[in-house]
Amino acid sequence: MFYREAGQFKTSYKADQALMPILQDRIGLLVILAIAFVVIPVLANDFFLTSIMIPFLVFALAAIGLNVLTGFCGQLSLGTGAFMGVGAYAAYKLTTIFPDANVIVMVLLSGVFSAAIGAVFGLPSLRIKGLYLAVTTLAAQFFLEWCFIRIPWLYNDNASGAIEIPHREAFGVVVSGAEATPIVRYFIVLSITALIAFLMANVLRGRIGRSWMMIRDMDIAAELMGIRPLQTKLMAFAVSSYICGVAGAMMVFFWLNAAEPSSYSIALSFQILFMVILGGLGSLSGSFMGAAFIWILPVFLKFIPGTIGINLAAETVEHVTFMIVGALIIFFLIVEPHGFARLWQIAKQKLRVWPFPY
Amino acid sequence: MLYDIFIDPFVQMYDMPDFFLQVLWEGFVAGILYALIALGFVLIFKASGVFNFAQGIMVVFAGLTLVGLNENGVPAYLALALTIGAMGILAYGVERVVMRPLVNQPDIILLMATIGLTYFLIGFGEFVFGGEPKQMITEELGLPTGSTAIEFGERGLIILQHIDIAAAVIAVLMVAALGVFFNKTRIGRALRAVADDHQAALSVGISLNQIWAIVWFAAGLVALATGIMWGARSDVSFALEIVAFKALPVLILGGFTSIPGAIVGGLIIGFGEKIGELYWGGLVGGGIESWLAYIIALIFLLFRPQGLFGERIIERV
Repeated sequence: MFYREAGQFKTSYKADQALMPILQDRIGLLVILAIAFVVIPVLANDFFLTSIMIPFLVFALAAIGLNVLTGFCGQLSLGTGAFMGVGAYAAYKLTTIFPDANVIVMVLLSGVFSAAIGAVFGLPSLRIKGLYLAVTTLAAQFFLEWCFIRIPWLYNDNASGAIEIPHREAFGVVVSGAEATPIVRYFIVLSITALIAFLMANVLRGRIGRSWMMIRDMDIAAELMGIRPLQTKLMAFAVSSYICGVAGAMMVFFWLNAAEPSSYSIALSFQILFMVILGGLGSLSGSFMGAAFIWILPVFLKFIPGTIGINLAAETVEHVTFMIVGALIIFFLIVEPHGFARLWQIAKQKLRVWPFPY
Repeated sequence: MLYDIFIDPFVQMYDMPDFFLQVLWEGFVAGILYALIALGFVLIFKASGVFNFAQGIMVVFAGLTLVGLNENGVPAYLALALTIGAMGILAYGVERVVMRPLVNQPDIILLMATIGLTYFLIGFGEFVFGGEPKQMITEELGLPTGSTAIEFGERGLIILQHIDIAAAVIAVLMVAALGVFFNKTRIGRALRAVADDHQAALSVGISLNQIWAIVWFAAGLVALATGIMWGARSDVSFALEIVAFKALPVLILGGFTSIPGAIVGGLIIGFGEKIGELYWGGLVGGGIESWLAYIIALIFLLFRPQGLFGERIIERV
């Protein structure tokens, strides 16, 4: 009743090939954008912005990056954290070498470096497939992590071994460093995430995205139909690493302010992988839902004991949070292995046929 | 520079053969322990096609349960028996709660489920036993401590820790026992049938659920043995989790389905890692142990994409 394509006629090819052919989808997207760009900045306090919204958007972008590789091109990757790290360190080096350049441009440029490194580590994927490919990306993860520790040039020989984000201004406001206000950071992160998500939505439904999906579904068949596996797989690795790199750079520039090598450890890789799997492999909206679930749930769980008046030690809460998150992951995998994206599809189908389910 | 890479390490090996042998022994012991963890992976992968990421944390969990029980006044051997019981309960629980509802899902979903299990076990283990590193109860279990020094040549000394020798012996016994179990017993035959073809096994009356519970239990026992051995070498703590990541290249190198592969893979990685670290690591600033194993596995994989002993991958369109 509320969600139905019946009666929405298309009179031109342009309308037929629109990104969102259904009116309700367009309205829904506009509402979400309005909430993100207007309502949240007006209503939210700093805490909500810095510890929920900014990390959520950063992780959602990283999840999109991994989803391109794992969900759309079918190449399992456990090295997301390291590729994010490459982006962060590259952005840091760029902005310290060119202090006057616009830092947002530098963040976007840093992805190029992680894309190059991702493509290099993607090379073995031509011969090694499936779970065996995990070792390639794990090699990337541990090798790059080692580089972040052992190559002092990367962190400008800081005594702490960490990168600290310098004070930078762009368009007349402070955008990074300790003085940047949460609202500015939020707008930057939101804009970049929305922009890349929009671009990917278009890439994925075009020729490139379709060739990725052919490789995912059966690479030999795709090859026989004229898809070049080398270029296609490497492009997936490069695009995925680019997005992850930008997400990693945003993570340190607009959220954490400082990062050490352990920030980009294998734990981060798994966190992103969870977001992708729980959100739904091969779904952009799923990446957002998965990121929201994995990031916001533990934050939420931390506050529950306090609000209902049980006093627990901080460690106990953390342990219980681990247990609950683990159990919920298993629960959701059992209930809906295709992720939240599939739940949303089912909900839309129910809405279409409501109130007569047959 | 080239001299440092290609000649100097070999000169060192020749000059100090005792040190080289010591390094080889260290590599051997590390390799055996990696192989033990990989063995747990292989058992489960063979029988159910599940890539059990939680094996590493099961090692920690088994070790913690053993030590935690002993700390609370349970005698060592009783604690050992109780821990075996706990691994049995865990195996049954995993089969009932995780595996059974997820039958026939794609590999990656099952992998994720075991990572979820990992999180759960980390939280549960820390919740019950606390997060601090614990001392393994080596002496109470009657395991040897101390070390023997063997004279070598005129001035050389090789030091062998008794616990390492015990670890090697136990690993060999365990592999032998598993070999007998797989080849000679009724359950072992059923296990191999399940590994070959789930549906065919079902059709001749083998209970998949029962087999899976047994396999997870066997993996739990392997984890317990590994936990004791690793715990005796360092402390029992969640830092051991990192060892599970080391077992991955071992497993991939050997092939997912091969028990001999796990052993050979473990030894290759163990030797390669120690020798690489001690003779070549200094050139790039040390600490290369953390990634060398993956690079070694990667090089082998480029030539044999299914691992050394893995079943040939046949792709059909």
